[in-house]
Amino acid sequence: MDFKGSDTIPGPRAEDQLPHTAQAAAKIVIVGGFGVGKTTMVGSVSEIKPLTTEETMTQAGIGVDDNFGSATKTATTVAMDFGRISITDQLVLYLFGTPGQQRFWFLWNGLFEGALGAVVLVDTRRLEVSFDVMGRLEERGVPFVVAINSFPDAPRYPMDELRTALDLAPGIPIMECDARRRASSRDVLMTLMRFLHSLAMTGSRT
Amino acid sequence: MTPPQRQRREPAPEPSKPKEGEGKVGNPERMYVVAGPDGERAELDLVTLIVARAVDPPPSATPEQAALLRLCAAPLSVAELSAYLGLPFSAMGVLLTDLLTAELVHARSPIVRQAVPDRSLLEAVMNGLQRL
Ligand SMILES: Nc1nc2c(ncn2[C@@H]2O[C@H](COP(=O)(O)OP(=O)(O)OP(=O)(O)O)[C@@H](O)[C@H]2O)c(=O)[nH]1
Ligand SMILES: [Mg+2]
Repeated sequence: MDFKGSDTIPGPRAEDQLPHTAQAAAKIVIVGGFGVGKTTMVGSVSEIKPLTTEETMTQAGIGVDDNFGSATKTATTVAMDFGRISITDQLVLYLFGTPGQQRFWFLWNGLFEGALGAVVLVDTRRLEVSFDVMGRLEERGVPFVVAINSFPDAPRYPMDELRTALDLAPGIPIMECDARRRASSRDVLMTLMRFLHSLAMTGSRT
Repeated sequence: MTPPQRQRREPAPEPSKPKEGEGKVGNPERMYVVAGPDGERAELDLVTLIVARAVDPPPSATPEQAALLRLCAAPLSVAELSAYLGLPFSAMGVLLTDLLTAELVHARSPIVRQAVPDRSLLEAVMNGLQRL
């Protein structure tokens, strides 16, 4: 990712600019394994065309042949798609679709510390690809809801069977969605907000 | 057919550091910028909103700085700045520290998750989503 040069930078279109009254932003993360529909969901509810931010990670080689003790270094680029929803003239909500590769998830942890909550997208054809990220949210105390992205050829399980398979704590909402549809993605975000609100009412966090 | 089975995890007692076997990471877990002339450190977030204090970049501004200042004539998140500039998030820290120290931009702190969620905030978000 190289600096593009100041003359060639396409900034936000006039209609994509936030008002000067925008005081603060909050964020939500949309997580899940490879190809579950994270980018699709971000795009379906965002008011701007989704953008991408990248981070290059330098990682000391681990678990690989180390050449007589000399550390190997690998550089990896992790990309995140994100979108935006203006809530009021003062408040903006950002949605981040986080990379599916589980071994890179922790690299973004510090950045996601303040997220209000998370949507875990799962694909019933490959339920297990979302397991790791769910565990990480639990470890960090980030509240989440589960959305089953309904792919046509995916096996259909009864909801209680999925709750059991995902070992969801009581009270965690789980629902079906179609990430391509704005109304459906919006319902998922609404469910997350209601869930967070219920946590506020009971004064506890999962 | 039975689905694969997951095992729930417990909250970590304290913010867990990258575990052994996940490797040493070259980037710090959090990024701080110097905000304000008193050298105060503030955490830089992807959704910190940045606003330029003046429309025209000073002649001393580097091309990157000038580009950033032009982009945030209206408030823009660090994530958006990173995307438009084509710079990784980690590069934004240095760039913004310089601009904040020179008092060329303002930073508006993000709303972060609280131990007990803020109900009025959540209600505002729900109302906003309803209108979508
Ligand atoms: N049928 C159906 N297809 C979907 C749905 N959501 C996403 N897709 C398709 O699934 C494919 C993957 O979706 P993406 O949004 O790119 O998934 P992702 O999670 O961002 O993928 P990675 O970033 O590569 O991990 C795309 O071809 C989408 O069009 C859905 O709800 N139903
Ligand atoms: Mg994607």
